Amino acid sequence: MDSNDKALVFGEDVAFGGVFRCTVGLLERYGRRCFNTPLCEQGIVGFGIGLATQGYTPIAEIQFADYIYPAFDQLVNEAAKYRYRSGGTFTAGGLTVRAPYGAVGHGGHYHSQSVESFFTHVPGLKVVVPSSPAQAKGLLLSCIQDPDPCIFFEPKMLYRTSVEEVPVGEYTIPLGQAQMLREGADITLIGWGAQVHVLAQAAQAVADADGISCEVLDLRTLLPWDVQAVTASVNKTGRLLVSHEAPLSSGFGAELVAEVSRRCFLRLEAPPVRVCGSDTPFPLVFEPLYLPGVERVVDAIRATVRF
Amino acid sequence: MEFLGGPLTPSSPRIPCYRTLDGTGKHIPDAVVPHDLQQQDAVALYTAMAKLQVMDTICYDAQRQGRFSFFMTCAGEEATVVGSAAGLDPRDMVFSQYREHGVLLWRGFSFDDFANQLYGNSLEPGQGRQMPIHYGSKELNYQTVSSPLATQLPHAAGAAYAMKLDGADTVAAAYFGEGASSEGDFHAALNFAATLGAPCLFICRNNGYAISTPANEQYAGDGIACRGTAYGMPAIRVDGGDARAVYCATRAAREIALRDGCPVLIEAMSYRSGHHSTSDDSSRYRTREEMVAWRARDPVVRFRHWLVANAWWDEEREKQLRHATRQQVIEALEKASKVAKPPVSALFSDVYADMPWHLQEQLQETLQVARRHPHLCPPDMPVQ
Repeated sequence: MDSNDKALVFGEDVAFGGVFRCTVGLLERYGRRCFNTPLCEQGIVGFGIGLATQGYTPIAEIQFADYIYPAFDQLVNEAAKYRYRSGGTFTAGGLTVRAPYGAVGHGGHYHSQSVESFFTHVPGLKVVVPSSPAQAKGLLLSCIQDPDPCIFFEPKMLYRTSVEEVPVGEYTIPLGQAQMLREGADITLIGWGAQVHVLAQAAQAVADADGISCEVLDLRTLLPWDVQAVTASVNKTGRLLVSHEAPLSSGFGAELVAEVSRRCFLRLEAPPVRVCGSDTPFPLVFEPLYLPGVERVVDAIRATVRF
Repeated sequence: MEFLGGPLTPSSPRIPCYRTLDGTGKHIPDAVVPHDLQQQDAVALYTAMAKLQVMDTICYDAQRQGRFSFFMTCAGEEATVVGSAAGLDPRDMVFSQYREHGVLLWRGFSFDDFANQLYGNSLEPGQGRQMPIHYGSKELNYQTVSSPLATQLPHAAGAAYAMKLDGADTVAAAYFGEGASSEGDFHAALNFAATLGAPCLFICRNNGYAISTPANEQYAGDGIACRGTAYGMPAIRVDGGDARAVYCATRAAREIALRDGCPVLIEAMSYRSGHHSTSDDSSRYRTREEMVAWRARDPVVRFRHWLVANAWWDEEREKQLRHATRQQVIEALEKASKVAKPPVSALFSDVYADMPWHLQEQLQETLQVARRHPHLCPPDMPVQ
């Protein structure tokens, strides 16, 4: 907001600080550049596209990823195709859409969804998921500066629970690059967002109990994803486990497994495995059983290593 | 306790329709004409409408002959589109639906430009990626057409808001049909524009049909203009077949939008004389009698009668204009048909600003496919 006076922050309830307090202080510091819109996701994104065509940097908030669907047409048919269909004479590239996503312990059907795989299937969009405060700042700034429309899913579970030293001042983390959180030899664990911490926990657990050495990758950007980092890791370990909260079938894990199977086929020691949410709407009282928690990940690591 | 409103009856009050020329093109005495057209401007307006008619007719026939895959005319709506275009400033950003190519013509899009897009050749900015009639022009401030209806309306609201923030003396103008106004994006756009204060013109071409669906199956209230009041913006209903009225209303609306930093809704009443597109046969859902009655009120003829009455136009000039335009359009189509198609790489460029790894891989694979199976490539498409 400081370095770009065409940056605008808008959406439902952002002016008073936002339902997750993500925009606290912006109204006081930047005045009319942080503003509330009517309650209408298709309007928020469509309006944002219009701003972007005029050279503005709209940073639009969708209050919960569960409510992004009314904006699906604007995202898929308009934002994603704006550059391609006009041969680059017009773009909606300045647009960034932020939305809290994921399990929060009590969110049920409509405050817990992971929706990333609807958008990883859309040529022209970029999809980014941070796993920590420092990641969030660097990745969000990259999205905002990126010349293509970006969707930034913030794991809401981490708003309160994740505490980290975050460098003051501007810095960016490149999109399309995974980060290795833990180096290992026996199996590659891939996740994004809050799930990365589940994988880290599981990696420690099997190191302590079984002497299994896990390599943990935080994918960070899902579209485009870091094929180099992933294949380098699987070629080293020979085993792949992908884990996400989103339902198993047609989740983004399927894409990773399909590509890794093709590129690393002869190196694989075991079938790649996915540890994911059930193929159901996100349930309330069943949440611990639904989620791919550390217990299920550990079971899957052991089964894969012993294949 | 009183409930207002209800289903429309013949005696229900309706928003009046602003017009300055009657059905035969005669000036209506006491008509309010805040921006009367002098000879030069009137002739320019008429010329554009006549050229539009000629181009539409030839291109429609060209599609039927198989020269390109698809076309849409704006028959019956020439006055709505060209009249409003003339009322805008060339710097105003236009967000159209798909039947407003008269705006492009007015602004200087050449017959070559039209033809290149219809043929999807390497000279058109869209690089052959979209169907015919999906024109766009950065130079002429006309956003590239997209097929989904009404999606352009919130864009226009956002663009107008940006203009206001910039302190610009321009507006955004969004065009749409009465069918598209049933979409959620119409509601989103008008509500945003009104609450946030965006200098945006929402210009509705109420042409009586959304493909085969007549207007009385599209809405139950008093058309589209009444919705403006509901959203808190000024609105006007205008005779879309009266080029001078449309011109005046658009200019006035533009002034209001700029002065007050607010949106304005214009509902232009007209009639879609042609089929929805080359994929439609409207004789299947409307009568000849209805079409003939509306043809008798053709907006181009009406305006010509007014010009002739002012001694600004005559039959000789009419013949010359139509003949010359015919030649020019046919030549442009011929020329465009010979231009090479874009290269194979244009399938993969512009998805993103920079081509990511997976598209680079897929481009290479596709080039190999094109070399292995040449019949999959159009003959004049460079394999590179």
